[in-house]
Amino acid sequence: MLLITCPICGPRPEIEFRNMGEAHIARPTPEGTSDDDMAAFLYLRSNPKGLIAERWRHVHGCARFFNAVRHTVTDKFVTVYEVGAPKPDLAALAADLAADLAAREAGR
Amino acid sequence: MSQTFRRPEGGRIKRNKPVAFRFDGRALTGYEGDTLASALLANGVHLVGRSFKYHRPRGILTAGAEEPNALVTVSRDAARSTPNLRATQVEIYEGMTAESQNRWPSLAFDASAVNDLLSPIFVSGFYYKTFMWPAKFWTSVYEPRIRAAAGLGKAPELPDPDRYQSRFAHCDVLVIGAGPAGLAAALAAMESGARVILCDEQAEMGGSLLSDPDVTIEGQSGRQWSTDVIMALALSDRVTCLTRTTAFGYFADNFVALAERITDHMATPPASSPRERLWQVRAKQVVIATGALERPLVFPENDRPGILFADAARTYLNRYGVMAGRKTVVATACDSAYLAALDLHRAGVEVPAILDIRREGGALTAAARAAGIRVETGATVTGTRGRLRVASVEFGHVQADGSVRHDAVLPCDSLLMSGGWTPTLHMFSQSRGKLRYEEVTGRYLPGRSAEHERSAGACNGTMALGAVLDEGYAAGENAARAAGLATRGTKTFAVAGATTPDGQVLGALPHDRNPGRVKAFVDFQHDVTAKDIKLAVREGFRSIEHVKRYTTTGMATDQGKTSNMNALAIAAGALDKPIPAVGLTTFRMPYTPTTFGIFANTSRGDLFDPVRRTSTHDWAAAAGAEFENVGMWKRAWYFPRQGESMHAAVDRECRTVRAAVGIFDASTLGKIEVVGPDAAEFMHRIYVNPFLKLEVGRCRYGIMCRDDGFVYDDGVVGRIAADRFHVTTTTGGAPRVLSHMEDYLQTEWTDLKVWLTSTTEQWAVIAVQGPKAREAIAPLIEGIDLSKAAMPHMSVRMGTILGVPCRLFRMSFTGELGFEINVPAAYGKAIWEAVHARVVALGGCPYGTEAMHVLRAEKGYIIVGQDTDGTVTPDEAGVGWAVGKSKPDFVGKRGLARADLLKPGRTQLVGLATVDPKVVLEEGAQITPDADPAPRTHAIGHVTSAYHSAVLGRSIALAMVERGRSRLGETLHVPMPGGAIAVTVVDPVFYDKEGGRLDP
Repeated sequence: MLLITCPICGPRPEIEFRNMGEAHIARPTPEGTSDDDMAAFLYLRSNPKGLIAERWRHVHGCARFFNAVRHTVTDKFVTVYEVGAPKPDLAALAADLAADLAAREAGR
Repeated sequence: MSQTFRRPEGGRIKRNKPVAFRFDGRALTGYEGDTLASALLANGVHLVGRSFKYHRPRGILTAGAEEPNALVTVSRDAARSTPNLRATQVEIYEGMTAESQNRWPSLAFDASAVNDLLSPIFVSGFYYKTFMWPAKFWTSVYEPRIRAAAGLGKAPELPDPDRYQSRFAHCDVLVIGAGPAGLAAALAAMESGARVILCDEQAEMGGSLLSDPDVTIEGQSGRQWSTDVIMALALSDRVTCLTRTTAFGYFADNFVALAERITDHMATPPASSPRERLWQVRAKQVVIATGALERPLVFPENDRPGILFADAARTYLNRYGVMAGRKTVVATACDSAYLAALDLHRAGVEVPAILDIRREGGALTAAARAAGIRVETGATVTGTRGRLRVASVEFGHVQADGSVRHDAVLPCDSLLMSGGWTPTLHMFSQSRGKLRYEEVTGRYLPGRSAEHERSAGACNGTMALGAVLDEGYAAGENAARAAGLATRGTKTFAVAGATTPDGQVLGALPHDRNPGRVKAFVDFQHDVTAKDIKLAVREGFRSIEHVKRYTTTGMATDQGKTSNMNALAIAAGALDKPIPAVGLTTFRMPYTPTTFGIFANTSRGDLFDPVRRTSTHDWAAAAGAEFENVGMWKRAWYFPRQGESMHAAVDRECRTVRAAVGIFDASTLGKIEVVGPDAAEFMHRIYVNPFLKLEVGRCRYGIMCRDDGFVYDDGVVGRIAADRFHVTTTTGGAPRVLSHMEDYLQTEWTDLKVWLTSTTEQWAVIAVQGPKAREAIAPLIEGIDLSKAAMPHMSVRMGTILGVPCRLFRMSFTGELGFEINVPAAYGKAIWEAVHARVVALGGCPYGTEAMHVLRAEKGYIIVGQDTDGTVTPDEAGVGWAVGKSKPDFVGKRGLARADLLKPGRTQLVGLATVDPKVVLEEGAQITPDADPAPRTHAIGHVTSAYHSAVLGRSIALAMVERGRSRLGETLHVPMPGGAIAVTVVDPVFYDKEGGRLDP
């Protein structure tokens, strides 16, 4: 069971949380949004192999929504941040992870 | 005479505490501290089971968790019977009853042993190749017979009467395994002040030190050193020591599951104690010290009873004072078997020869010869004889060209073998750590970690005792430091008298026999031989994962603990590839078989799933109500009178509501209190309806969509104050509606000052519906003018009922004059009883959810989730009038405007009247234009609700039909197995179309 760090409560077990899908998908205004843009907002998600920014809710704790960057292969949480904070640079985070991994490989 | 193979002294058993037990009905004795295996061996019993496929006689092979052969059923009574236990792990207790498995009529004479003679046809993939047709025979004939013939023990048929418990635990350092490495690690972690959990699967901690009489650590005997360390750990209030506790699963973020067996070793378990406890441990750091497992040698007929692992025999001798035989041949590729031979020799056991496959022998070859033991190097076993127990060993020498020249026959009553040691990687691999292959030693070892753990000792490939202790201590120190504690640094242990078990062989050994006929077993539990694996490769299987599934090697309950490396080496040899290129199969939890009881734990019976009851539940039960499950709720379904059928009861309840008055418990409806200066703006945005102008004291039927424009939930909303709304949701929708609201509030409209609170369980809701509803409640209500003028339809008032504060809604889900009385839940039953008395006095009655459904369907009121399915817009559901057309935005506004949702031809809610009024349609049934549609005809809709209406004297139905509202009067058909049912499309409002009854 994952240990997820709620930005408000601290580390808590996965069963206290609910995944709420990909983060930073802006809700369009009714005016001036094409059907294709609306379909993309409703249905299209990135589904990457690697880092993804996601919405989570500490539903059985403080009940707050927050965002997190998680690695979809290892399930490791890289960072958590509050709603409204800018999206982290996923490429930079991925590079950090790769450098960390290389350092550990070299260290053994 | 009993226990003839027990030495007069030695071992850690309690000789002053004899224990009587039964094996296959035979009365035997052992001592407290014995396992079933050691006690059987003490009595000279080697034959303990029949093999899975060929029903070959099998004996005790190992002394631990890896045992593939000695599987037994231990029973206390008919319900407390546990099959497939490893006799090497079962501790005997006074009166224990154990049975062997997979034999009929008896262990010594098993009728199915004929399979062994037929073995040329039982090759790899035999079932896939043979039982191909007729296909229907598979489930009816083949599978039941195969299962009966190739079986494990039988599970008891009675419910498990034992209790199981669960505990969550947190620690700085979890140490898995309490052998030398684990003890040293726990010691280091304890000395740093860390909170430590140390677990070991055995009854006694100490691991290999328990069976080694020779070593000294820090000047003490190994056993004394371990005893002192265990004592120090046990006395520390920061260390939890768990024996009989298997770490069976390693999950993400250092979440490790432990199974503690509490009472299985007791003759009379105390009634107060659970049988097992599940520990769910979250550790900051983990030290894996799970040791290594010995491997068999793969030579012909290596499976007879009396053939066992060399180190197991040493354990039986030194820890239990038991000799595996009196005349013991030793075959080995590893130095550790010499230790067994020397200990047995010292104990007076005749050792005719040590057969060392290594041409030069090993570190102890000279010592063995000096002790007077014959050692043949470059020698291997080419076959064995003996029906129910090994009686002789044939051996030969390996020639320079790899062939084997037969040499001699050695009579014996036991044969020890050692192919070397396999590090126990299960925990590391389960943690998603990456394995690496060490070419020089031919072993897989822990590689890159995925979790905060480190391996120490034999599981990390470190075999010399001194190095094991140093590495264990360093691992414990490192773990404590990583957990944030100050440590004292590393430590070096002074060790003497230890022998490093060097040397190993992988795969099948050469021999001079007909390779097509002899059986050299690789996987003992699943009866897989070297030639089965070679055959699989010949038939084209390349991946070890496929070879595994085709031959079933490593797929038994032991998960190939003793067989995987040999199978891999044989497959690699046949494929002519290096071992790492063939790959290793996945390690999965549980490490050893784990009871269902510990997983089910307390979630059984009444505690299986939470049940929600309303405050009138007991009253309704006493009134004879039948209940239905709605989500977790128990709702009164209908209230049958003496001898009344459901149909009759529902008809009566419906008629009574329409003619007089009915009382209904609506407490399960979800309720959310929406409060704050921006509450009205929030409601205005989250619902499709306009809410800004709703007056205080008025109600509105709200429809909620998602942003895709599809109906998500509905319910009546009352405005209690300018900044306060009382929202109701569907019974099943309450949690997701609150989450949906919170989502928009917290992430989309962070500018709004609104607070949401679930009040579902705080309010009891009593619906009073019918022409006499006002008359029924009027005498009980204080502070509210109930007159038509003062309290119109869809209004809410605050007052008291019998002195209890209430929110009184005037609303209707039946089409009749109606009120819903909300009172604090604690008063629900009392108020219900008072209102019920009034209702009954006026000729009314209580009604249940079934009558509620019929009454609302007569009025064409939808139920979200029954008449809608997540693809229906408000307009299609017939409630398009609710949508606030002039609002600049609301959740679903843009979604509803999508071109595809505006296309003609989408389904719309209509009523259906069957041509035959007695026929009630089936909910979910498809609707077609033709009575006898051609195959693959597209259905134009489906029935969503269908009931018999007592007041209309006919059946009614609601349906979603393509262009439904343009089809009024059309005849459509509902094809059913018994023939199509003709229906007429009608308006969904069947009763009181003008709505006069709502507001008389």
